[in-house]
Amino acid sequence: MQLELARLDGQAPGAATAPQDSPLAIRGLTVSYGEKPAVFSVDATFRPGSMTAIIGPNGAGKSTLLKSALGIVTPLSGQVTSWGRPLNSQRHRIAYVPQRASVDWDFPTRVLDVVLMGLYRDLGLLGRVRTRHLEKAMSCLSRVGMEGFADRQIGQLSGGQQQRVFLARALAQGADLYLLDEPLAGVDAATEKAIIAVLKELRASGCTVIAVHHDLATVTDYFDHVFLINTTAIAAGPVAEAFTAANLHRAYGGRLAQTPVGTVA
Amino acid sequence: MGAEFVSLSLTPMLIGICAAIACALPGNFLLLRGQALIGDAISHVVLPGIVLAFLVTGTVAAWPMMLGAGAAALVAVLLIEAIRRLGRIEPGAAMGVVFTAMFAGGVLLLEQSDTSQVHLDVQHALYGNLESLIWLDATGWSSLTDPEALRALPPELPRIVLTLGFVILFTAILWRPLKLSTFDEGFARTLGLPVRALSLGLVIVAAIAAVAAFDAVGSIIVIAMFICPPAAARLMTDRLEAQIGWSVLFAAMSAVLGYVLAGYGPLWLGGQHAISAAGMIATLSGVILGLAALFGPHRHRSGAPADG
Repeated sequence: MQLELARLDGQAPGAATAPQDSPLAIRGLTVSYGEKPAVFSVDATFRPGSMTAIIGPNGAGKSTLLKSALGIVTPLSGQVTSWGRPLNSQRHRIAYVPQRASVDWDFPTRVLDVVLMGLYRDLGLLGRVRTRHLEKAMSCLSRVGMEGFADRQIGQLSGGQQQRVFLARALAQGADLYLLDEPLAGVDAATEKAIIAVLKELRASGCTVIAVHHDLATVTDYFDHVFLINTTAIAAGPVAEAFTAANLHRAYGGRLAQTPVGTVA
Repeated sequence: MGAEFVSLSLTPMLIGICAAIACALPGNFLLLRGQALIGDAISHVVLPGIVLAFLVTGTVAAWPMMLGAGAAALVAVLLIEAIRRLGRIEPGAAMGVVFTAMFAGGVLLLEQSDTSQVHLDVQHALYGNLESLIWLDATGWSSLTDPEALRALPPELPRIVLTLGFVILFTAILWRPLKLSTFDEGFARTLGLPVRALSLGLVIVAAIAAVAAFDAVGSIIVIAMFICPPAAARLMTDRLEAQIGWSVLFAAMSAVLGYVLAGYGPLWLGGQHAISAAGMIATLSGVILGLAALFGPHRHRSGAPADG
C-alpha cells in the first residue's frame, strides 16, 4: 500500500516524504545530557500512514530522539515540524506512550483515571467528567482487553497490563500520530500480540505509528519502516530497503551477535 | 464549653486547624513528587528573611516579617530549582544544601544583630506561640456575631484563613494538571501543559502556606503537617481524591486533639503545667502516621500480584 501510493505520486519506492506532508519531520536535532551528545545532528522524516521501528543499540539515543522531538527533553538545536507546522501547534494530533518505568505505579489512582488523562484536552481545567467521557475511556480499555480492570489501582497490574493501560490512554487521545517508547519492553506474549494488533489497526485507519523497538527479530513482522540510530542517524526507509545486514552492522557494530541477519533482506 | 473556651481556646484551635490543612494540602503533591522535605526546607530558610526584615524595619511587626520570610522562601525555591537543574543534583540534596546554608546564615545574622530587646529567638521560630493567640475580648459564643469583639481577633486568624482559602483555590482549579504532571510529567509535557510552571507554582504555594503557618504556629507544625497527614492518608486509600480528604481530616484531628491534650493532658495526669501545643500537635500527627502504617488498609505497596 505504501509503495503503491509512493508510485502514484511519481516517486520511487522509499523516496523521502516531503517534510510538509510528514506527521513528524526532524532537522538537525542534537541533544546532550552531559559532555557527549546523546543524539547528534539527526534528520528524520516519517512517512504518513507508516509504522516505523526506531532501532539501535542501548544508549543510542532512541528514547531521547522521541523525547526531544516532543519537547520532553530540550534539545540543544534542531527543528521539529508536524504536518509542516511547528509541533507545538499540532499537539492535539499527537499521542505519546512513555516508557513504563518512567512513572511511579504506586501513584494513588485507578486504571480508568489514567485513561481519562488521555481526554484532558476535551475535559480542560474544570470540565466535568460526563458519561460520554467514561464510555470513551471504557471503549479504549476494551480495545486493549483491559475493560475488566477499570477500578483497579494501577500498581496491582502486571507489567504487560500497565503497558496496555498506557496504550489505552493514548487511544483516548484520538491522535493521528502515535509515538511509543519501548511499548513491548518486558511485556508478556499475549500483551505483545494485543499491542501490535492495536497498532496495526491504527495504521489501517490512516494513523502514523513510530515506536522505539528493541527486538530485531520481530522488526520485519511488525513494522513497515525502520529508522536506525546510533547517536547519529544510520539509515531510514522501508524495512525491505533499510533493514539490511550492512546497516545493522553500521548501527550496532560488533555488538550484533545473535540477530537473524539471515532473514534480513 | 462557654466563655472561657471561646476566648482562650477557640482561636488557637481554629488557627491550628487552618495552618495544618494549609500545609497538608500541597503536602500531598509534594509527597508524591518526592519533594516532601520542601516544607522542612522552607521553614528553615525563612529565618534569615525574618532577621533581615527586623534589621531593616527595627520592629517585630507581622507584615515586614512575613514579607521577609516570603522573600527568603522564594529565594530558596529559586536556588533549589537552579541547583537542581544546573548542577544536575537530585532534589533532596539540592534542598539540603540550600536550607542548611540559609538557616546557618540566619543564625549568624541573629547573633550579629541586637535582638535582646525583642522577642526574636530560635525557640520562638521552632514552636511558635499558639497558646498566646487568644481572643480576650470574647465573652462567649455570642461574640462571634459582635463586630466590636471580632475586631479584636488575633490577626493571625484572618491571615491563616485567607491563606487556606488561597491554597484550596489553587488546588481546586489546577487539580487536573497537578495530578497529571505529578503522575506522568513526560506525558503532561506532550499535552503542552506548563509542567515547569506548575512545579514552581506548587512550591510557591507551599512556601506561602509555610510562611503564614510559621508566623502563627512555628516551624515544627509546618514541617510535620507537610509530611505526616499526607503520608498517613496515602496508607488509607488508593485514590488521590480520597487521599486529600483523609489528609485534611488527619491534619484537623492532629490540631484539635493536640491542642486539647497539650492543654489538659498533663492536668489529667496530675501534672501542674500545660505543655507545648505545637509540640503535641506535631507529635500527634506522627502518632497518626504510625497507626496508619500499622493498620491502614492500603499499607501494602504495589507490586503485589493482581488476583485476577
